Amino acid sequence: MPSQEKILHINGLKTYFPVRKGLLRTVAAHVKAVDGVDLEIYRGETLGLVGESGCGKTTLGKSIIQLVGAVGGQILYHEGEQTFDLLNLSPEEFKHIRQKIQIVFQDPHSSLNPAFTVFGSLQDPLKLYGVKTKAERRKIIGDLLEAVNMRREQMDNYPHEFSGGQRQRIGIARALCVNPEIVICDEAVSALDVSIQAQVLQLLQEIKEARGLTYIFITHDLSVVEYISDRVAVMYLGKIVELAESEALYRTPRHPYTQALLSAIPIADLDRKSDRIVLEGDVPNPVSPPSGCAFHPRCPKFKSLSEPEKQRCMGESPQLSDATQLTQPHLVSCHYPN
Amino acid sequence: MTRRPTRLDKKFDLLREKTEQGTLKAPSSNRALNKLASNKLAVLGLAFVTIMILASVFAPLVTQYDPQKVDLRMMLKPPSADHILGTDKIGRDVFARIIYGGQISILVGLGSALGAALIGVSIGAYTGYKGGWWDSTFLRISEVVMSFPQIILVLMLVTILGQSLMNLIIIFTLTGWGSLYRLTRAQMLSLREEEYVQALRAFGLNTFTICFKHILPNALGPIMVNITLSTAMFILQEAGLSFLGLGVPLNIPTWGNILNVAQDLRILQNYWWVWLPSAVTISLFVLAINFVGDGLRDTTDPTMQG
Repeated sequence: MPSQEKILHINGLKTYFPVRKGLLRTVAAHVKAVDGVDLEIYRGETLGLVGESGCGKTTLGKSIIQLVGAVGGQILYHEGEQTFDLLNLSPEEFKHIRQKIQIVFQDPHSSLNPAFTVFGSLQDPLKLYGVKTKAERRKIIGDLLEAVNMRREQMDNYPHEFSGGQRQRIGIARALCVNPEIVICDEAVSALDVSIQAQVLQLLQEIKEARGLTYIFITHDLSVVEYISDRVAVMYLGKIVELAESEALYRTPRHPYTQALLSAIPIADLDRKSDRIVLEGDVPNPVSPPSGCAFHPRCPKFKSLSEPEKQRCMGESPQLSDATQLTQPHLVSCHYPN
Repeated sequence: MTRRPTRLDKKFDLLREKTEQGTLKAPSSNRALNKLASNKLAVLGLAFVTIMILASVFAPLVTQYDPQKVDLRMMLKPPSADHILGTDKIGRDVFARIIYGGQISILVGLGSALGAALIGVSIGAYTGYKGGWWDSTFLRISEVVMSFPQIILVLMLVTILGQSLMNLIIIFTLTGWGSLYRLTRAQMLSLREEEYVQALRAFGLNTFTICFKHILPNALGPIMVNITLSTAMFILQEAGLSFLGLGVPLNIPTWGNILNVAQDLRILQNYWWVWLPSAVTISLFVLAINFVGDGLRDTTDPTMQG
């Protein structure tokens, strides 16, 4: 069960990508992939991060692990009494912290180096973190493979000899090899077929319990998130629009966008008619997001609002705030939540 | 209904027979070697290249003639028991000249290709992976080098450095690294986006390890092929330059130097043995190198089975 101890505190994180134009390649604009995200992650929990393609959820994950550079904000990592700002580390701290957060990728076909055996791929990180002898490295990698339900000998096989599900499990083993505290699963099961998805999710749960990990689970698949997450954050256009306990969010979504997303989950029940809310239009261009609430041009609720209320949605950007005042916070970024 | 037995059936029967007799050997541990050995063309090519190199290196053991010795009584004699490929305009043994010429031609071709590869691949791999300022700088430099008429560049460099074998290799290296650089860079640009690279970065491995140890092996296939093609290209370039009197000094026999007499229409029409053997040698050698290159490409790609 998740504790109340904060492990990661993301504060106003911004990741912009420059758009260059013209002969001199001057920066004409910025794609605001992550635009001011505040997020607290507790030790031992699984935080689901959902949203449409292009909403910035993968960029947020990669910013946390610093595969893309953030331009502003803080990522505070708490370890015991100490706090490190990941965007502002000395080289020694950096090496120490880097191993604490690892990532599992989406595509099992490009996530393993085809030129190396599993052992060859995994041994360099181990070397870097001080496992000196080859025998020790082989032992650690063998143990990891067994932990992800594979055979020890398979460390000497090449990636093309494995199936998609096996590769994904190797990807998990790789993320675990330096004993991280936080694992970011970036669409970790999206490329697998459904029966394998269930296996891998089960495995992720087992590993989490055995090692006391914290997961940030990025996906567009809402049913997967419901299964695995303690809390869920919904992203839209680089911002978090709703953040709540998984159950509360699925039962009583507050933000019109979340409602639309949830209504799109297919239900295998012929008698129940789902009231599908169809969003109009596409996700706006993140180079120039709409004024005020970025969701208002597509918001189903916006149409039914009165004129002064509409003005507010168009002019004022809503803040993420607690909508329910219950014991468990249910944060919504909407002027008129349900 | 019976199926017509295929090649694979035969192979399988053979394997089963061996298994039953208990004579089936476990495949030797080196996968790459096995793979190269099973590629017949590559083996053939390698054999030819090896024979040519050995013959060139041990030329004095292969022929008793001095490739430079003029014999005016034996001008333009057709092939015979004494001179198996005949003699040229001033009575030198053609076979001896081809064998000794191989020394220089192969050295120039291979040496320049390896030199160009060393420069091109190391710069291309590093800057292609890092990107940014260094990348654009080297891209511009390579564009300048490649867009400059090569023959003029070589002329300039020969004038500055002087005419010698070593200088020729240096000049070829300096003018020829561009294509390998660009190839390597292009490979790196696509490979660096692969997720395994990001995973390595997430571990905080240093750039050199990621770039040269983990990514470069995946780019080696096309690079190998390009090196072999460059070898062939440099052998041909050497021939061209030798003709202009700018390559290897004319008194040293090379395949290019031997071919030059074919400029003379009289020789081209009447005395085939003077130029044809050298031309055939160049073609065969280049072909053989390309076969080896293809074999190497398949070997370095672990996803290619069998």
